[in-house]
Amino acid sequence: MSLVLDIASGLLLAGGSVFVLTGGIGALRLPDFYTRVHAAGLTDTLGTLLILAGVILQAGLSLATVKLLAIMAFLLLTAPTAAYALANAARLGGLAPERSASSGPED
Amino acid sequence: MVTLFGMFLLTLLLITAIGIVREKNLFAAVMLAGIFSLQMAAIFFILDAADVALTEAAVGAGIATVLLLSALALTSSREADTRRPTPVAITIAVVTSALIIYATFDIPHLGDPTAPVHTHVAPWYLSRTPDLIDIPNVVTAILASFRGYDTLGELFVILTAGIGVRFILDNGGGTGGRSGPGADTAPRRPRADSGGLRHHLVPRVVGRLLVPFIVLFGLYVQFHGDFGPGGGFQAGALITAGVVLFALVAGEAAALRAVPFRLLTLLTAGGALLYLSVGIAGLLLGGNFLDYSVLRPDPVAGQHLGIFLVELGVGLTVTGVLLTIFHTFAAREQPR
Repeated sequence: MSLVLDIASGLLLAGGSVFVLTGGIGALRLPDFYTRVHAAGLTDTLGTLLILAGVILQAGLSLATVKLLAIMAFLLLTAPTAAYALANAARLGGLAPERSASSGPED
Repeated sequence: MVTLFGMFLLTLLLITAIGIVREKNLFAAVMLAGIFSLQMAAIFFILDAADVALTEAAVGAGIATVLLLSALALTSSREADTRRPTPVAITIAVVTSALIIYATFDIPHLGDPTAPVHTHVAPWYLSRTPDLIDIPNVVTAILASFRGYDTLGELFVILTAGIGVRFILDNGGGTGGRSGPGADTAPRRPRADSGGLRHHLVPRVVGRLLVPFIVLFGLYVQFHGDFGPGGGFQAGALITAGVVLFALVAGEAAALRAVPFRLLTLLTAGGALLYLSVGIAGLLLGGNFLDYSVLRPDPVAGQHLGIFLVELGVGLTVTGVLLTIFHTFAAREQPR
């Protein structure tokens, strides 16, 4: 049973790390503000949530699990809101998304 | 592993510090300062100083950032062109840095049991706390009871800061005069575009949803301080954060209706008075100033009561002062 838990938590931690890494690379390399916010939002939500889920499996049933679940619920609400607020503030501030000529077949 | 984490965080800290110094856009500098505080909190945490980490995260990264941002709203967001560093300035900086680096050679290694900090009064505190005060968190025992004088001093520093900000920024008693019921709302209405996040539906809904939980967590930190990391300072900062969030999403007028200015004045003064009166109660009951053992027939129960009241006083004053500063800044912004 503990082996199953270890494997599951390892998979979750690895998956979370992949998302954090992708988000980090995206925040550095994507062309404009909106796409970078999208990448950073990925780190905040899926990356952290998967890592926390992995940690919960390691912690077992204890008070720590409850606290971690509370943090997960908090992050699930705040992280997407923060990403949305950033993008919305940029849009209201008049920042136009960058469009390249080859972005779509018709543009 | 801890060493590795420490090296990593300290490197990040250095990079952030250089960023803060070099950044000309003050909004970015304030954000970097918040990140700096958060990294500091992480370093405190891996050094097992959970109470300090909580304070640093709540005050440094949270409230200080908000206060700096609201101060920036009153001034320019670009740093004025500073003069080039003179040779004298460079010499002083280099010599001071060299002296500090030289002094670090005398710092005992981390966790060295013969270090002065571990051989002075700390062992006494650690060994006597269970039978004198009997609370699990020794930090709270030291802060509120053994070194109650120091905490009283800190509280009055905060109180003085709050009074000072009000005296300096309050334009002719404007904020104080508006504290009557109903008077809060009238002058604030014209700011329809900036009174709260009217364009931002999602942050408004989520923010309103989070405020009660933040305040609840603040109360938990306040009253759980005997058992885990926490206490009045952190709780005050957290509750302030909740109310400031409410002010940001619902508009300042709504926040002032929920927590009126008069109440803040009461909190500010009442907390400090509560702390002082616990000390004087000790005197009247035949003990020393801030000796809680005489408050109840059982000395340990007296200590529990005293620490509870003193921490409550700290929490009230910190909440009052921080919110007063925030609202004074925000009211100052009004005329524009």
